[in-house]
Amino acid sequence: MESGGLMHTLAFFLLSGITLAAAMGVVFKRNLVQSAFLLSVTFLGVAGLYMTLEAEFMAAVQALVYSGAVAVLVVIGVMLTHREQMSRSNPPNKMLFAGAFAALSVVGVMVWAILATPWKVGKGSVVTAGDIGRRFLTDFAPPFEAVALLLLAALIGAVVLFKGGKAQS
Amino acid sequence: MWVDFSLHHAWLIPLLPALAFAIISFFLLRSPQLASRLAIAAMGSAFLIALGVGWAVVSKGITVEAPFVMKTVWFSMPGLVAGMGVLIDPIAAMMLFVVSLISLLVLIYSTGYMTGDPGYARFFAFMSLFAASMLAMVIATNFLQLFVFWELVGLCSYLLIGWYFHKISAREAGKKAFMTTRIGDFGLLLGILFLQIAFGTLDFGELAVKVPAYVSQNGAALMTCVALLLFAGPVAKSGQFPLHVWLPDAMEGPTPVSALIHAATMVVAGVYLVARAFAIFSVLPGAMTVIAWLGCFTALFAACIALTQREIKRILAFSTISQLGYMMLALGVGSLTASMFHLMTHAFFKALLFLGAGSILHALHDKADIFEMGGLRKSMPATCAMMGIAVLAIAGIPPFAGFFSKDEILVAAAHVSTPLYIGASFTAFLTAFYMARLFLVAFFGEENPHDHPHESGMSMLFPMGVLAVLSIFAGAVPFALGFGDWVRFGPAHHAGIDWGIASASTLIALAGFSLAWLIYGGGAKRSDAIAKQAGVLYSLSLNKFYVDELYQWFNRNIVTGLARVLYWVDLNVVDGIVDGAAQKSGAVGAILRRFQTGQTQQYAAVMLIATVMLALILAFSAGAVAGGGKI
Amino acid sequence: MIGLSHYLLVGAVLFGLGLFGLLTKRNLIAVLMSIELMLNSVNINLVAFSRYTATDAAAGQVFSLFIIAVAAAEVAVGLALAYAIYRGRDTVSIDDMNWLKW
Repeated sequence: MESGGLMHTLAFFLLSGITLAAAMGVVFKRNLVQSAFLLSVTFLGVAGLYMTLEAEFMAAVQALVYSGAVAVLVVIGVMLTHREQMSRSNPPNKMLFAGAFAALSVVGVMVWAILATPWKVGKGSVVTAGDIGRRFLTDFAPPFEAVALLLLAALIGAVVLFKGGKAQS
Repeated sequence: MWVDFSLHHAWLIPLLPALAFAIISFFLLRSPQLASRLAIAAMGSAFLIALGVGWAVVSKGITVEAPFVMKTVWFSMPGLVAGMGVLIDPIAAMMLFVVSLISLLVLIYSTGYMTGDPGYARFFAFMSLFAASMLAMVIATNFLQLFVFWELVGLCSYLLIGWYFHKISAREAGKKAFMTTRIGDFGLLLGILFLQIAFGTLDFGELAVKVPAYVSQNGAALMTCVALLLFAGPVAKSGQFPLHVWLPDAMEGPTPVSALIHAATMVVAGVYLVARAFAIFSVLPGAMTVIAWLGCFTALFAACIALTQREIKRILAFSTISQLGYMMLALGVGSLTASMFHLMTHAFFKALLFLGAGSILHALHDKADIFEMGGLRKSMPATCAMMGIAVLAIAGIPPFAGFFSKDEILVAAAHVSTPLYIGASFTAFLTAFYMARLFLVAFFGEENPHDHPHESGMSMLFPMGVLAVLSIFAGAVPFALGFGDWVRFGPAHHAGIDWGIASASTLIALAGFSLAWLIYGGGAKRSDAIAKQAGVLYSLSLNKFYVDELYQWFNRNIVTGLARVLYWVDLNVVDGIVDGAAQKSGAVGAILRRFQTGQTQQYAAVMLIATVMLALILAFSAGAVAGGGKI
Repeated sequence: MIGLSHYLLVGAVLFGLGLFGLLTKRNLIAVLMSIELMLNSVNINLVAFSRYTATDAAAGQVFSLFIIAVAAAEVAVGLALAYAIYRGRDTVSIDDMNWLKW
């Protein structure tokens, strides 16, 4: 998608609108299941934003991993742990205003920093999946392996935790 | 050959008895015969080496100015180098000879005296250690080494005085000896610390140079204080007034222990320390005056008490205090020779007296009151004869040993101050009187029909015989051979006999004897009448001038009262501060715990707000807009 | 004309939403979701930077891929933990989980 074009502008606003609206839904909805589905929508919106950034591989991974795996995982988690009325399953706590204040102040600082900073925008470049793959197997091989190990550990850990120890069974 | 060996292996003298102690305590506690033989063999070898050392001193011309020194570094750290070594000069050689000889004789005597005691082997172990500590103290090259063995001597005295630990009085006596001497040791330690700080060395040789130089440069005031602190140790150890109170109670120990304490090991340690540090004391006239007067006073004071005591060993104990006062007096008037000479002769006749007393007690099964003895001369002729020699020696009748040494002291005192001379002479009179009293009452008088005393065995009589011979000749012979040429401080000292003083002191001693004969020659009745007439004076003397009672009163009222006050302070102020601190911490904690809710989301919120604040602070304090165009 | 700042602003807002959820949600799983939102906002930033400013564009995307992987691991373990807590303590409400204090 051509950067700077009308289509690009439209797509950006549309996608960021969807993303942020869905994210608001995730946060404000009182129904946990709705939140979980809106989370999936948010992920897809982010994937769309990646497309506008000409990072097609990232978009694909985002759609697959987040909207696919993570969202499903979350829904399963909801299903496993929930037992009360679903419409009041996602209530806020007592810190509503304190949390709002903290979040707003963080956002305020970040927005101010973003706007105040004179970004040096270069001509930009497009990255292909092939580039990423090569980098993974050359420069970034050690962290790649580390992440692989991490995923394995997380897998085993998750299984162990779900299964539960003897004391709890 | 033997002389050379002895001199270069002088460290064996304390080591051999110490080894005997170790071997007996580890292996021989169940075989008493072997233990006593080993102890005697070790002490005998030590005595032979000591003899060799003495011969080496004479033949090689080792003098006080040029002692034989072997030194090695014990430990060192910045600002403190502690040496360890052997220092042999005529004084040390004389002490080694006397101490090892007396210890040997007392050990031989103990084989008879302690027969049947359940702790027989242990007794020999302790006695060996006692002698070893004293011998090691004698050859110390510096104050630290001396102090270590000084304390070891104190420990052994505690163990041996409290030997009959099943008796409360013996336990208490052991504690009393230990604690009383500790008071002095505290002063001594302070003095030693000062010397180390001020002069950076504790070596006797170096101090002998540095202290006089310091005094001539900066005046004597400070060093006099230090010397008096140092002197506190000898005051306690050598039973000088007012810390003499432990010595009479030390009689609770077995008699051989008393003999060893009084003659060779414990009490003369104090005198020896002053002699060893004489280079320090002699340049301080103030300290010397204190020593002289304290010695004179102690001599007189203890002699007065000895007049009325009834237990044989107590009389001897006060006589020891009195004689130690003499030695201190001699040191105080600057005559190291006289002091050491008297130390030596006194060691012989006092050991003899104690061994004789032990022989009597052994025969009478520990009945100690001289007025209950009576007529022992028939049943114990040998003991009687030897005690008689000792009495003549201590009273200062020529030509017995005590005459020469006491005469030297009187001459030295007369040179310095007439009051001191008069005090010393009067003490000599009293000494003659109470020793004659002891002798007359115990050996003459009427026989007590209930007792069937018997003469002691050879193991006890032999050491007494040796000591009797020494009590006769140890005065005249060294005097003739020029004792003062060797054992001295400063220029050689050729004391001829001052006939005026000598005849006066002899007459005084005879007067004391006569008075005793008048009062006690005719049985106990006359003495009781005189005691009644003396009234207050008699009870003062009998009760040792109430010094013990004074200390008790002081303890009960002042110390306990002070302790109560301090206890209150501790309870309310010290504990109050601590408790208050704890309470305040608790109160602060009670406030702070509200922040510790356990709610992770609160923590996260606080953390984020803090992060934001940090970011703002950094952004603005950098004086630039965030980001500053650095990207 | 859409530029870097736009994407960054979207990321910032998304981050703020996630943060708000993180601080105010009572349900443990909702909190996990909020964390996912925040991770996504970071990824948007990274990809945007890689597109617009970086000289080494691939590095940015590689980085975000790492983040995705770590996030996936995190959500798996996080949900397992939530389930373990639920099973043991019978609750997924963070208000009840104050065991961090002694």
